[in-house]
Amino acid sequence: MPLLPLRALAQAEPEVAAMKAFVGNRPVRAGRLVLDIPRIADNGNVVPVRIALPGPFAPGAEVRSIHLFSEKNPVPQMAVFHFPAPVAKVEVESRVRLAGTQRIAAVATLADGTLHAATADVVVTISACIDGS
Amino acid sequence: MADARVQVPAQVRRGESFEVKILIRHAMETGYRLTDEGKPIARNVIRELTCRYNGVLVFRAEPSSGIAANPLFTFFVTAGDSGELVFEWVDDAGARASERASVTVAP
Repeated sequence: MPLLPLRALAQAEPEVAAMKAFVGNRPVRAGRLVLDIPRIADNGNVVPVRIALPGPFAPGAEVRSIHLFSEKNPVPQMAVFHFPAPVAKVEVESRVRLAGTQRIAAVATLADGTLHAATADVVVTISACIDGS
Repeated sequence: MADARVQVPAQVRRGESFEVKILIRHAMETGYRLTDEGKPIARNVIRELTCRYNGVLVFRAEPSSGIAANPLFTFFVTAGDSGELVFEWVDDAGARASERASVTVAP
């Protein structure tokens, strides 16, 4: 079996560094947070994204915030959404810019400190312009 | 700068979560673009958007240059009393704007 060079291995599993920095060594749960984004985005300047965390939420474990991170954008934290008042339905939609094909990540923080995360890979045909061109 | 469109249901039921959409006309200038003369165009994005429902803060967004021009935000609010949703936002240039929408809650 041929050995893959280390770099190829690293590319096979891209990490969203900004998410890792935000999470630190806190435990993260996967599988519940929904991150909807097209698998192929023709125009990186406007990519629709939807993040949802299905309830119900126990008292004291409501969603406080959702962070949205990019792997390759010059500003990796694309947005933070805060929910200052408890809300039964946690769902946010927006449109993001993506500088190239990459992985994006969302992290929901609950009032009890629990973190839920989701990632998605997006192929971007036309990158959002970041180089002045 | 002050242009925004807000969409809320005509009538909602108490206790129900209802969808709120706001679309703001704003270039969300990234700071990475250049003028035709090659000078950098300063970053100017909406850096905070808040939504208050009858005076209570129910949603707050902190966008960056990673949010597309003419930003759209959709979220849910739990219906309490009939009243008003007030949206306020501010960009990097310090320009502030607001928009409001009324909510009718069926008993």
